[in-house]
Amino acid sequence: MSRIGEYRHVAPQGTVDILERLADRVRGRRFLHVSGSRLGGGSAQALRAGVPVLNDLGVDTSWEVTGGDASYYATARALQAALEGGERVLTEAGLERYVETNKTNAKKLDLRADLVFIHDVPPASLVTERTAGRWVWRCHFDCAAPQHGAWSFFRTLVDRFDAAVFSLPQYARRLGVPAYILHPSIDPLSDRNRDLAPREREAVLTSLRVTQDKPLLLQVGPFTRGHDPLGVVNAYRIVKKHHDVRLVLAGHAEDDPDSREVLADLREAARTDEDVVVLELPADAHLQINALQRVATIALQKSTQERFDLGVAEAMWKGKPVIGGPTAGIAQQIIPHVNGYIVHSVEGTAFRIRQLLNNREQIPRMGAAGREHVRRTFLITRQLLDYLALMVHLTA
Amino acid sequence: MRAATHPFVFTGCVELRQALGLLALDERELLDRVREVPPDSIFFHTHGYFLRHRPVTTAYGNDFARWAAVEAHDLVLAERLAVVEPFSFPTLDGLREELVTILHDHLRGVDAVVRLPFARGFHFQQSHVVEVPLGPHVSTLAEFRDGLAAVDSSAIYLHMVEARARRGRRSGDFGEWLSSSLDMPALAAAIERIDAHLTTLERVRGRVLYLVEAALQEGGA
Repeated sequence: MSRIGEYRHVAPQGTVDILERLADRVRGRRFLHVSGSRLGGGSAQALRAGVPVLNDLGVDTSWEVTGGDASYYATARALQAALEGGERVLTEAGLERYVETNKTNAKKLDLRADLVFIHDVPPASLVTERTAGRWVWRCHFDCAAPQHGAWSFFRTLVDRFDAAVFSLPQYARRLGVPAYILHPSIDPLSDRNRDLAPREREAVLTSLRVTQDKPLLLQVGPFTRGHDPLGVVNAYRIVKKHHDVRLVLAGHAEDDPDSREVLADLREAARTDEDVVVLELPADAHLQINALQRVATIALQKSTQERFDLGVAEAMWKGKPVIGGPTAGIAQQIIPHVNGYIVHSVEGTAFRIRQLLNNREQIPRMGAAGREHVRRTFLITRQLLDYLALMVHLTA
Repeated sequence: MRAATHPFVFTGCVELRQALGLLALDERELLDRVREVPPDSIFFHTHGYFLRHRPVTTAYGNDFARWAAVEAHDLVLAERLAVVEPFSFPTLDGLREELVTILHDHLRGVDAVVRLPFARGFHFQQSHVVEVPLGPHVSTLAEFRDGLAAVDSSAIYLHMVEARARRGRRSGDFGEWLSSSLDMPALAAAIERIDAHLTTLERVRGRVLYLVEAALQEGGA
C-alpha cells in the first residue's frame, strides 16, 4: 500500500480524496522547502513526514538545507531567540556574515520552484537572492513580541516574501505581506505516534525501567522553567497525599545553566521519592515517548512559556486526557471539560488530577474526545491540505 | 428513475485562514473592530465557525460569543452574541450591524471593561476558500444520496453555508439543484428549512440524507 493509502485508515472520511484532488490541481508545479537542518523536532520533524507524502501524491516536492560555519548558526540561533523576545547581542558583523553565507547557499542550492517555503530563521535571507516563483516565510515560533533591533533587521527580509505563515494569529506580527495561519500537526504513522504492539510497548518500558503497578502521570518536554516540570512535581506531591500514583518526567536538559539547574532539582526530587521518575531522553527517543504516552493515565503539559506544544496532541492521539498550561498553543488543543483542562497554577493542576482520579470513568471519555479532536484538526493530512490549498491560492 | 437536466458536482473545500493583524483587547475595542473589519472577517467568525465546529466542542455559535465567554468571562455578552443566527441575514453588512447593536447596547450598561493580555485578545482573521471538485457527477436522486453519504464534510459546508452566505445562492446548492434540475421543489424546500445553526456538518448531512431517503422510499424520483 502507498504511504498516502495508509492515511485513509486514520484520517477523517474523505480527507485523502480531497488531498488527491488538490494534488491533481497542482501537478506539474514544483514545491520546495528550505530549512536550516534535517535534524531535530519542529519544522524538520514535520518535513521528514510531509515531503515523502507530497511526492507520493504526485506533487514534485524537494527539501534543501542551508549550511555554514559555526558563526552562521550562532547568529541564526541568536536572531531567532531575539525574535522570540529574548535579550541577545547581535552584531552588525555577525548579521552581515549570516546574509553573506546565505548568498553562498543560494548559489549552491537549486531554488527554482513555483512555491518556495522558507522555514524559520537560518535560511530566511535567501529571499534576497530570489528569482522565480512565490516565496513564503514559514515561522514556527511565537514572533509577536520580538526584540526591537532584531525585528528592524528581520522585517526588511520578511517584507521581500510574498506571504508569511504562522501557527497561530497570536504568534504573528503585523506585516506588509499577507499572514496565513496553519496549525502544526502530528504524523500518526511515525514512530512517535503509531500503534505499538503490546510486546513492543512492554519491551520499551522495560528498557526504561518504568513499571505499571500504579496510575501514571506523565509530562514530556524539555527540563526548562518554561515547561515547569518543578511545578508538576509540586502538584504531584499534593495529589500523592490522597492517591498512590507515579510521576514520570521525560525530556532533556537544554544547553543553558538554568535548564541544568532545573534538572538538578528534579534529580533531587527523584532521589528522595522513588515514585518520581526523571528520564533523560535524546531528542529522537520517539518510540520511548510513544510507549510512555500509551501507558500514562493522565498527560500533563504545564507550560508557562508560549509555544504550540504538540505533546498535547500526541497524548490525545493515544486517548489520554491532558491537563495543560494556559498558553495560546495549548488552549488551541485542549477543550476544557471535554478532552482535558487548562490550569493556571500548581494547585489547579493538582485539583484537576485528583478530579480525574476520583472520577475514573471520565478518563476514557475525555481520551476518546481528544483523539477525535486530533483526528480532525491536528493530523498531518490536514496540514498537507493547507499546504496544497496555499499552493493553489498563491500560484494560480 | 428520473434523471436531472443538469448533473450535480459535489465540491469540497479547504479554508485558508489569514490573520488581519487587527485585535481587540477589551469589549469596546471589539465593537470598534467589528465596525471596521472587512465583511469576509465577519463571515469567518460567524458562518465559518460552523466549518470548524466539531461534535466534541462546546457550542457558542460564533467566535465572538466564544471569546466573550472563554476569554473576557462576560457570560451575559456571550449569551447575547451566541443567539445571533447568521443564516437569517441576507447580507454580511446586515449581520455586522446586528453584532454592533448587541455590543453597543451591552456596553451602555457596563461601567468598566476588562483589559486582556495580547495572547487572550480577539485576533481578527478572514478566510479564502479553495474549492475542490469531488468524484463523478450525479444525475439521479439515488446517486445524489450515495455521493452525499461519502463526501468530505467540507462539501456540506460549501453547498449549504458558503453558497448561501457568501455566494448569494439563498436556497443553497442542494435545494437549487433538486428544484431546478430534478423538479422536486417539495424536497428542496424541506432541505432549505434544515436548521444548520448550532449543530455540526455531520448532523446536517444526516438530516439531508434522511429527507432524501424518505423521498426515494416514496418513489419521488
